[in-house]
Amino acid sequence: MVATIFPLRITKACVKRRGVQLIGPVDLDLGENGLTIVMGPNGSGKTSLLRLMHGLERPATGTVHWATPDTDARMHQAYVFQTPTMMRRSVTDCIAYALTVMGVSRADARRGAQDYAKRVGLGHVLDRPAMVLSGGEKQKLALARALIRQPQILFLDEPCANLDGRATRDIETILNEVRAQGTRIVMATHDIGQAQRLADDVLFMLNGVVHEQGAAVPFFATPQTAEAKAFLGGQIVE
Amino acid sequence: MNDLSQGLTEALYRVATLDPELVNITLRSLQVTVTAVVIASAIALPLGAWLAVTRFWARRYVIAVLNALMGLPPVVVGLIVYVLLSRSGPLGVLGLLFTPTAMIIAQVIIVTPLIASVAHQALRDLWSEYHDLLISLNTTKRQRVATLLWDGRRALLTACLAGFGRAIGEVGAIMIVGGNIDNVTRVLTTAIALETGKGNFSLALGLGFVLITLAIILNLAIHSLSRTERSNLW
Repeated sequence: MVATIFPLRITKACVKRRGVQLIGPVDLDLGENGLTIVMGPNGSGKTSLLRLMHGLERPATGTVHWATPDTDARMHQAYVFQTPTMMRRSVTDCIAYALTVMGVSRADARRGAQDYAKRVGLGHVLDRPAMVLSGGEKQKLALARALIRQPQILFLDEPCANLDGRATRDIETILNEVRAQGTRIVMATHDIGQAQRLADDVLFMLNGVVHEQGAAVPFFATPQTAEAKAFLGGQIVE
Repeated sequence: MNDLSQGLTEALYRVATLDPELVNITLRSLQVTVTAVVIASAIALPLGAWLAVTRFWARRYVIAVLNALMGLPPVVVGLIVYVLLSRSGPLGVLGLLFTPTAMIIAQVIIVTPLIASVAHQALRDLWSEYHDLLISLNTTKRQRVATLLWDGRRALLTACLAGFGRAIGEVGAIMIVGGNIDNVTRVLTTAIALETGKGNFSLALGLGFVLITLAIILNLAIHSLSRTERSNLW
């Protein structure tokens, strides 16, 4: 039985880069169930918040605490980047890499990778170089590489940006399956339609802080702040 | 022009007849250079990758020094290795002076910074691309180095070939530490220098053409075997 890494508790955390404050202060508690959508206009701090949670950014002030020690918590997380990194390997080897670095034998990792590739709809390109895949296929590969580690929490940074409707639907179907299996999902998007289709709860970011948060249904029905209301209404929010 | 055409004829004749002296010198050239490049690559490639993934206060200075060492004067390297290996030197007891091993040592010193520097530049770009992914996957530094070396293997091949190019054409250092002894340490470049000194231009040019052809064939063979430029997206 693997110990849960939840809850995640962020307390007065700020992220700075070269003296410029990107986000913060942020206070946030994250439980182990559901799919949280992080929304907000470009530059509002969605990506920085995800990176802070995942440990890719260190807080300049404040704290980020998982229920287990950081090294253990990191083992049970996965992150899908907005622009997926494609390694100079075949699709199978790209996915298997996530397991081999955990000490799984290459043969077992490749077997597992092929299963996950088929699961996300990449069964027909197993031996193709990852670099030549289409945008949607690259996102699916990144998703398979994240899921093969069976993370307790999956961070996704605008995974459907620049994808067409069909590819977006495929990704959302996979995410719904993953959520149903108990994986916690935190996903950044500024696609309101997608947020409404997927979200259990919403974090609305503006100017580097969590401007509004709560369950998805009331958030979309009756946003509490004028900025959230304007954003959902399709207006430009700065 | 006459010397050039005579040189080419000489080279063709010696290659066609598999002239024993030419074969002997060529094989020794290859033995010394390939060994030196393999040893230098074993040192330089992990060093280049390590410098790409590691941040420490003196990193920029180390890289600057490495880049500066790319232009190491071979004669100076030869002189230093000579002093170290000479009978009165600290490593004189090994009796390596005027042996192919001494020539290999000198070439390793000359080409290691070159390979490391070219490798570092190639892997630095790859690291900036892989950085977030490998951190996110919780990889160890050793795994990051290994990953960069494997995924950057085609760029690293170029680094190794640059090292080979420098080593195969090197004459100053190996002349000093090898002594250009017939049947022992004579290689293509030192033989060319000797024949030129004797005024035997056609033979020197002949050996020169063999040297150039050898370098081109080896480069083509390695590119062909590694399928560089065929699947440029890997």
